[in-house]
Amino acid sequence: MTKRIIIVGAGHNGLVCAAYLARAGREVLVLEANAQVGGAAVTRTFAPGYQVPAVAHLLYGFDPAIERELQLRQHGFTDAKSRVLTVALNPDGAPLVHDGREVVSGLSHAEDRQAFTDFMHKMRRLAALLKRQHGRTPPQLTWASWRDAWPLVRLALQMRLLGRADMRELLRMITMPMHDVLEESFAGDLLKGALAVDAVLGTKLGPRSGNTVLNFLHRYTGASAPRVPVGGMGAVSESLASAARAAGVQIRLGARVAAINIESGRATGVTLASGEVIAASTVVSGADPKTTFERLVGLQYLEAELARRIHHMRCEGTAAKLHVALRALPQFKGVDAALVGERLLIAPSALYVDEAFNPAKYGEYSTDPIVEISIPSIADPTLAPAGHHVLSAIVQYAPAHLNGGWEAQRAAFEARVLAVLERYAPGFGSHIVATELLTPADLETQFGLRGGHWHHGELTLDQYLTLRPVPGLGHYATPVQALYLCGAGCHPGGGVMGRAGRNAARVVLQGGVS
Amino acid sequence: MRTPREHFRLVVKYTPFHSRTVAANELNLWHRWRDYSVADAYFDVSLEYTALRNTCAVFDISPMTKHRITGPDALAFMNRLVTRDVAKIKPGRVGYAVWCDEQGQVVDDGTIFHLSPGVYRLCSQERQLDWLHTARLGFDVTVVEETEDVAALSLQGPTSCATLCALGLTGIETLTPFGMRTFAFGEAELLVSRTGFTGDLGYELWIDPAHAEALWDALFEAGNLYGIRPLGTHALDIARIEAGYIQAGVDFLPADHAIRADRTRSPFELDLAWLVDFSKPHFTGRRALLAEQSRGSRYRLVRLDVAGNKPATDAYVYDAKRRVVGTVTSAVWSPMSKASIALASVAMPHGAVGTPLWAEIYYQKELKWNRTNVECTVLAGPSYDPPRRKVTPAPMR
Repeated sequence: MTKRIIIVGAGHNGLVCAAYLARAGREVLVLEANAQVGGAAVTRTFAPGYQVPAVAHLLYGFDPAIERELQLRQHGFTDAKSRVLTVALNPDGAPLVHDGREVVSGLSHAEDRQAFTDFMHKMRRLAALLKRQHGRTPPQLTWASWRDAWPLVRLALQMRLLGRADMRELLRMITMPMHDVLEESFAGDLLKGALAVDAVLGTKLGPRSGNTVLNFLHRYTGASAPRVPVGGMGAVSESLASAARAAGVQIRLGARVAAINIESGRATGVTLASGEVIAASTVVSGADPKTTFERLVGLQYLEAELARRIHHMRCEGTAAKLHVALRALPQFKGVDAALVGERLLIAPSALYVDEAFNPAKYGEYSTDPIVEISIPSIADPTLAPAGHHVLSAIVQYAPAHLNGGWEAQRAAFEARVLAVLERYAPGFGSHIVATELLTPADLETQFGLRGGHWHHGELTLDQYLTLRPVPGLGHYATPVQALYLCGAGCHPGGGVMGRAGRNAARVVLQGGVS
Repeated sequence: MRTPREHFRLVVKYTPFHSRTVAANELNLWHRWRDYSVADAYFDVSLEYTALRNTCAVFDISPMTKHRITGPDALAFMNRLVTRDVAKIKPGRVGYAVWCDEQGQVVDDGTIFHLSPGVYRLCSQERQLDWLHTARLGFDVTVVEETEDVAALSLQGPTSCATLCALGLTGIETLTPFGMRTFAFGEAELLVSRTGFTGDLGYELWIDPAHAEALWDALFEAGNLYGIRPLGTHALDIARIEAGYIQAGVDFLPADHAIRADRTRSPFELDLAWLVDFSKPHFTGRRALLAEQSRGSRYRLVRLDVAGNKPATDAYVYDAKRRVVGTVTSAVWSPMSKASIALASVAMPHGAVGTPLWAEIYYQKELKWNRTNVECTVLAGPSYDPPRRKVTPAPMR
């Protein structure tokens, strides 16, 4: 009988999991459907000579422990830009610039300066509590012994140790809509708009939706400011793949897993789309939970209630990706040339973000979407021909389940987004060499993200910690023996962090059961 | 064609036999079964019971929840739903089954009718539409509630076969237990299954509600010389306890109704291990039941012969050291075995066959409460199990 462990998908979590398992002496085979490793953290060519990070484009919370333990620096991982500033574009004047800790410039209301510093300081303290859970398997809610109860007790203690004021704030705010928190904290629209984006990006939530404070905290569990690696996000994945291969992992590209094979309640291997069957002692799925169970395993192998929970798991993506090849650097209104390479936001107020969200609730796209822009070719000229640039933009809201479908409306949506960009960067259109729009539907077909959801499932309290992805699957192990999950659908969730993969590897090595 | 849904205007529903059961209900005693008004007793509980055990009796089972399951994945769906191997229930056959939640706790029990290849009818005590719709995710099946679309009577007792012969159901005696067959009944098709809830020879008759009253009339006419009587719920209850059959909501709490985790029971804890097949494809509760099998069960269902003549209704059950080890769930004076019998749920390891237990019975005499502690014997099987139940051809007497 084989001792091989198969990892489904060479996304960053799959690669992290593979590397740790191989370092522990296991035989590991990673099967990736696409022609390159990385899943949603890839750099790819979208027009001849122009490369972009195809999905995720900024690195927030990549686990420093993974960076250290897998010696990623020796495998080619370097920052092109380490502390990316946020530049909230202003349609009528100077933008607001902050570094996640302090406002650098562009404040409309002086009282916001201290308020912002204090607010971010508080949010970092609260986020630190969440971050402490990231490296761990979530607490069990039922337990057979006090040993099992300890993680939950520890979480309660850590919460108490925040001190009375912070614990109160955490409990008060954790389910709150970001909009309400912004209203009680700040005066300036530009600032509120920028912070509202951080609370909703990648979700089907608006700033007035509950749980958006949680999303904001989740974003800041990483770092107060994102970074950009040399070679784009794909370089992170390439360095992980290199580290995994060095540890003995075999990676097969273009090997699409069509089914995870189950016999007598136990995973026995996989069948590829080509029909090839590969046996394994353990299968670890980096695919999102819905894809894993509805398509690869089959709900009939699960208990009926668990199947229902998976079926109802919320994972409709609303974020599209626009890539633009440019023959010259665009000029954004009021933005100093030195700032064009930072993180540019189009979200001039929290109300703007809220109004952008409204159509998404009813299956329509925003006519005035929020846009997060990165021009990675400024820090990393290798991505475009000399003097040329690539612009990578996350455009929200573009719901996966668009009324009437995306095919008929993608051109209109793209034109709409380009018009918005033109408004903030007059003359933008004249620089365009090529464009690529990836709707959530495209993200699903090209990257296997169910519903086109970047985080493999909405990050809200009902799908958080032990409850992520759904109750009963919160500990990486599944009811199918020898089948584990390791993707962003698991705790601690989305963002290129690698922690789900690292935690899953630990559970696999311990032979954990659900 | 379904009639417009006016059910919400009704406080109570009536079965398709209501005009006949009203006429027969000399005592005018009624209660609700699900939403339907059904008879507690028609003329005398003892005499109805006597007819059931000596001639034959008719019980209106129309309120029983019925679902029809069809589609390419019907068998796979049924097999994932219940703990037994449905592939072994061939077309034209009926099987008793239980289904569990993910903790391996029984949601309900019922019968599966394999009407034609890949077409199943599931009969159950409780409403199951929600559960079935949960269970159907991932399967290409259609689940339709057909409770109101099928009228049904249960004809039970020694002369039940003779009565059906007299009704003109030629060859009915060759129907084996848990078999079913269709017959022409006027314009209608009459489905007859050799099934029941009394532990005796008996049949269940299934027909389009439009022909229900005609069926009742023809049946009573055919059974006139065979001592046919209507049967109310009270008399049926005596019979089913004698037969050792459990009832949802009485002998076990449906798992989806339970709030407290220790109130539910697994199939093993209901003496239904024979219904659990680990060698068949995956079913809901399998993992939990496998774990229970290796860890051991918490409870055991026992059939008790209780000393004395007092029914041990709701009695505490004690072990030899006078510790409470369980409770009686159903109890009755059994006229057939001339004994007080009971079904009880006791904590493991108590209740092995042949071991003694004690029941604490409270009873009233002329408004004065008395208490007695009586010894009980754990029986190996049901109190009442006549050979004719299983014999084919069925006896005509």
